[in-house]
Amino acid sequence: MADNYYDAIVIGSGISGGWAAKELTQKGLKTIMLERGRNIEHVKDYVNANKNPWDFPHRGGRTQEMIENYPVLKRDYPLNETNLDYWVNEKESPYTESKRFDWYRGYHVGGRSLMWGRQSYRLSDLDFEANAKDGIAVDWPIRYKDLEHWYGYVEKFAGISGAKDGIAHLPDGDFLPPMDMNCVEKDVAARIKAHYKGNRHMIIGRTANLTAAHNDRVNCQYRNKCWLGCPFGAYFSTQSATLPAAMATGNLTLRPFSIVTKILYDKDTKKAKGVEVLDAETNQTYEYFAKVVFLNASTLNSTWVLMNSATDVWEGGLGSSSGQLGHNLMDHHFRAGAKGDVEGYEDKYYYGRRPNGIYIPRFRNVNGDKRDYIRGFGYQGSASRSGWGREIAEMSIGADLKDAMCEPGPWRMGINGFGETLPYHENMVRLDKNKKDKWGLPVLDISCEIKENELKMRKDMKEDAKEMLELAGLKNVETYDSGYAMGQGIHEMGTARMGRDPKSSVLNQHNQVWDAPNVYVTDGACMTSAGCQNPSLTYMALTARAVDHAVSEMKKLNI
Amino acid sequence: MNRREAVAAIGWILGGTMIGAELLVSCTSSTARVNKLFDQNQVAFLDEVGETILPATSTPGAKAAKIGTFMATMVQDCYKPEDQKVFLKGISQLDEACQKKFNKKFMEAAPRERTALLTQLDAEQKKHQENKEKDAPNHYFRMMKELTMLGFFTSEVGATQALRYLPVPGRFDGCTPYKKGDRAWAT
Repeated sequence: MADNYYDAIVIGSGISGGWAAKELTQKGLKTIMLERGRNIEHVKDYVNANKNPWDFPHRGGRTQEMIENYPVLKRDYPLNETNLDYWVNEKESPYTESKRFDWYRGYHVGGRSLMWGRQSYRLSDLDFEANAKDGIAVDWPIRYKDLEHWYGYVEKFAGISGAKDGIAHLPDGDFLPPMDMNCVEKDVAARIKAHYKGNRHMIIGRTANLTAAHNDRVNCQYRNKCWLGCPFGAYFSTQSATLPAAMATGNLTLRPFSIVTKILYDKDTKKAKGVEVLDAETNQTYEYFAKVVFLNASTLNSTWVLMNSATDVWEGGLGSSSGQLGHNLMDHHFRAGAKGDVEGYEDKYYYGRRPNGIYIPRFRNVNGDKRDYIRGFGYQGSASRSGWGREIAEMSIGADLKDAMCEPGPWRMGINGFGETLPYHENMVRLDKNKKDKWGLPVLDISCEIKENELKMRKDMKEDAKEMLELAGLKNVETYDSGYAMGQGIHEMGTARMGRDPKSSVLNQHNQVWDAPNVYVTDGACMTSAGCQNPSLTYMALTARAVDHAVSEMKKLNI
Repeated sequence: MNRREAVAAIGWILGGTMIGAELLVSCTSSTARVNKLFDQNQVAFLDEVGETILPATSTPGAKAAKIGTFMATMVQDCYKPEDQKVFLKGISQLDEACQKKFNKKFMEAAPRERTALLTQLDAEQKKHQENKEKDAPNHYFRMMKELTMLGFFTSEVGATQALRYLPVPGRFDGCTPYKKGDRAWAT
């Protein structure tokens, strides 16, 4: 029995779960981290990481069998031959789409920290004050000053490379040296800066790839194969960073194949006493007990755990007293922008494959700009020389074609907008008790869509991109909107939002569940609004901050 | 696998239609199979098509990258049944076009005849691509050309000899000099 008692339980082992485990164990708490999927051991289990392109029979593409087996993953780029094992088995873990939602999941130790895009940006008060100023949803219960220290704290450990750009609404961080822009990007950035007189910026992406050796981790080798797992440990993941730190304390137990089916709520203490776990391999049920529970199962699965923890006290699940649990689902909408041809620079090239691009921070509805929609978007993009896949209209076949394709082609540049979605109450998830997964557990039913505000914004995402690329001197600039379905951003947020009032939010300002204060939710579920920045860095900071709070509350015997 | 099984497999892959299978049977009687859709003769044929598209020059050509086998794998595993059909039929269409133009089979044609024929087919496919409905299949020669380009430039000989391949660059320099004739990076 004693084996089942810990000081802390962490549910999930992705970006935020890894951080919770590291912080809790380093503060001396005996902690068990429960992961529903298999273990993936750092380096050893990155089985494709050192393969060459020709080692993949389909050169990284997708087979008809894969398309058949992955009806959701196939909707976008994640379905590919090179890291298929990092994505969830959809036949075992289905879900219901009352309205389309592309849910890209990783069920294994490390979660999506293995496959994430690594772009790392701070939010600012432009974001934290947005709901209050716009009079929508609820106000964030925190401001930038509450998180500023913690951003720096997590950046210093994770290793974020970037430049100090001095942009008020995209605060600088504690960065490792920035990566280089290439020659074309440098000139485009200079032209944008000159034209918009400092109101628009094109900066090098801030990314969780090491540009210098850092905490026993090797610097990036510029292979640009991060999604296979990095044998150098050069990008931040649970495996490369937080897990070894937690393990080094001697305080962590990692239990893979552990599906947390519910948080056990004690009516008398009005707190959680532990969790119920279904062993994914043996189907046996276990209980684990602890003083504090960190729920970091990923946005929608954290909400699933809360919903599936319903008791006679709250039939809608733990944390459902406000009626907001499962609501206000957000993502970032993207796949709209522009691209064009760059003339000249034929005598310029680059060396190495940079796992990063350029970033254009938000400029709409900032600094006095006012649009017919609220919030805004940023752009990610890059310039590069085109390769052997380019079309050369006048070329046909034969030696001339081969010779031409063995040389780099003209420069091209494209930028792709990432826009904020608003927290709509009706964008929601609930339990679908009629459909069961492989383990007989009810699945999520997701119903979600973008609306007028996002659609108006998408027009600017195209047109502003065109305007900037044209004034930067590009030719044949074409806008595109490749269509967007919610979830595709793989930035799902909300469904257990933070707030100031237990009547209208699920979590308080420290990420505690109002209805059970020793349960902390610090993954994307907690987000009150979405910003337009890639969100993972914010989850890291919120998690470190919440652990600090939890441990101090435990010392005061408040939880 | 014996022929009966092969035909059954084809019928299944092509969604029950037997067009591809008839084609297969008619031109493959006793030839060893490479996979469910292709036999060795067809792979040898595709090797020559690929080599004509990307020939050996100062560096090896597509045949050295085993392009026929690559095409057979890709068409079998990755193509939709309707595209498989177009591709398989394309092999005989290409041969018929050769017969018509030079009065000989493609495998018997001289390199410059092959080049002339495929140049003509490339013009034909470009026209087809411009005029076709969005969801209609590509021209068979576009499929062959695309697979040749993909298969060659991502192969070991293509990536390391025709292009420059750096498995572990170790650093990034965003602005290096380039002079005409320097080979492109493979990835």
